[in-house]
Amino acid sequence: MSPKRIVLRFGTDISVKPIVYRLVKDYDLVVNIVKADVNPQKEGTMILEVIGDQSEAGLNYLRNLGVSVQALNQEIIRNEEKCVMCGACTGICPTGALYMERPSMEVRFDGDQCVFCKLCVKICPMKAMEVRL
Amino acid sequence: MSVEKTYAEINAKIKSGKAVVVTAEELIALVEEKGLSKAAQEVDVVTTGTFAPMCSSGAFLSFGHTTPRMKMQKVWLNGVPAYSGIAAVDAYLGATEMPDDDPLNSNYPGEFRYGGGHVIHDLVARKPVKLKATGYGTDCYPRRNLETIITLDDINEAVLFNPRNCYQNYNCAVNLTDRTIYTYMGMIKPHLENANFSTSGQLSPLLKDPHFKTIGVGTKIFLGGGIGYVAWNGTQHFPSMMNVDGKELGAAGGTLAVTGDLKQMSPRWLVGTSYLGYGATLSVGIGIPIPILNEEIARYAAMKDEDLYAPIMDYGEAYPSLTPGNLGYVSYADLKSGKIKINGKEVITAPLSSMPRAREIAATLKGWIQRGEFQLTEPVKMLPSPADGFIAHSIKEA
Repeated sequence: MSPKRIVLRFGTDISVKPIVYRLVKDYDLVVNIVKADVNPQKEGTMILEVIGDQSEAGLNYLRNLGVSVQALNQEIIRNEEKCVMCGACTGICPTGALYMERPSMEVRFDGDQCVFCKLCVKICPMKAMEVRL
Repeated sequence: MSVEKTYAEINAKIKSGKAVVVTAEELIALVEEKGLSKAAQEVDVVTTGTFAPMCSSGAFLSFGHTTPRMKMQKVWLNGVPAYSGIAAVDAYLGATEMPDDDPLNSNYPGEFRYGGGHVIHDLVARKPVKLKATGYGTDCYPRRNLETIITLDDINEAVLFNPRNCYQNYNCAVNLTDRTIYTYMGMIKPHLENANFSTSGQLSPLLKDPHFKTIGVGTKIFLGGGIGYVAWNGTQHFPSMMNVDGKELGAAGGTLAVTGDLKQMSPRWLVGTSYLGYGATLSVGIGIPIPILNEEIARYAAMKDEDLYAPIMDYGEAYPSLTPGNLGYVSYADLKSGKIKINGKEVITAPLSSMPRAREIAATLKGWIQRGEFQLTEPVKMLPSPADGFIAHSIKEA
């Protein structure tokens, strides 16, 4: 069985709960934490690989807690033609995947840090951030 | 001895390829290295630049006549209405206009994906644009309907005329409320989580000539990738110097009305722009040359991000309710560092104005002048300066 890759997003209330332990103990899942981050505003994101017969039940447990669960089958890309390097995205990107190089103030995109929240896709004034399936 | 130069002397040097031209950032480095007097003597022209959303923008379009003739009473370009309450086949397409059937903010926050600014972008990119017009028919203009495709090259005239561009300085926007807000200053999260700002600071044209000693009516400029001119002061032109506890914090609120032939501009420098939950607009590239006529002009042109400040404004409550006052001032050096402190809290900052593009404009204009392709023009009329003490009025309701 191939693992499910998923992105979890959650607020302050969830950051203090042992949700991964529950997935392992109660739903007998094999969990690999690919990436985990809690930003200074205490919003958490986690990318997991999950294997197990009860994986759907485990994910429903997370959803019921208020965790956003999303399949990881997309990629965010920057359309270099459209990007004017204004930097508007750098203030709202939760993980710093979009950041400014200083002192040049050029905008850089580090796809490895991206957690697919798609905020940049929504707010980019030039519509330069795109979702690729 | 202090230096005095004239426009004629500087233009003669440009013509012979001997003019010393530097960007505003290069001038700062030169003044630090050689001192102000030496730099003022050496440098003839300083180039500035800004690239940012400028909502008070638009284009006058004159389409040419149809057979039979038509007095266009209503006009749409790619579905976006243009104002046609002027002569028969003339219209003004405003940057923030939206299609009649756009959901706007009814599905909050609205996307505003395609508006007047995007049509201007498409026109200048030489893309075909759908023209629709209706008229009521007259004896001399009998036709009542038109639907066709035009391009920028097909129509007779296309003149960019932006009533308010190139804001001298602007607020640093924050949000003190407990909900996310969507503004023309971008998305601002609650509880002072982020702060947005929008000028190029030490490269910004009007911050480098705060007393309007050289920039006036008729000044030739880089506009939208081509040549343009300052037409007048912009609307809401309220130039003043900010002083706090005896310290000068830079210029506050001058603006320019600018114009130029759209046909020689470029889609790289006129870009359709969408602000989530706010509206559509046009990002405009502007570069203005400042002749170093004397040391005082050089001193202002060499102002650094450390010397230039923006007022901090709460867009959650104070701005929409037109409450006077602000949350203090912050330097562009701090704003560009990525973090500032407000009320003891560390706040993430982000610009809406592209610094790399501003730098590219200043460098491009510098190249034009160095190669003798661009001469300076002396203003035919000076613009109101801080000394004129303009005061903004708000609408009084009965």
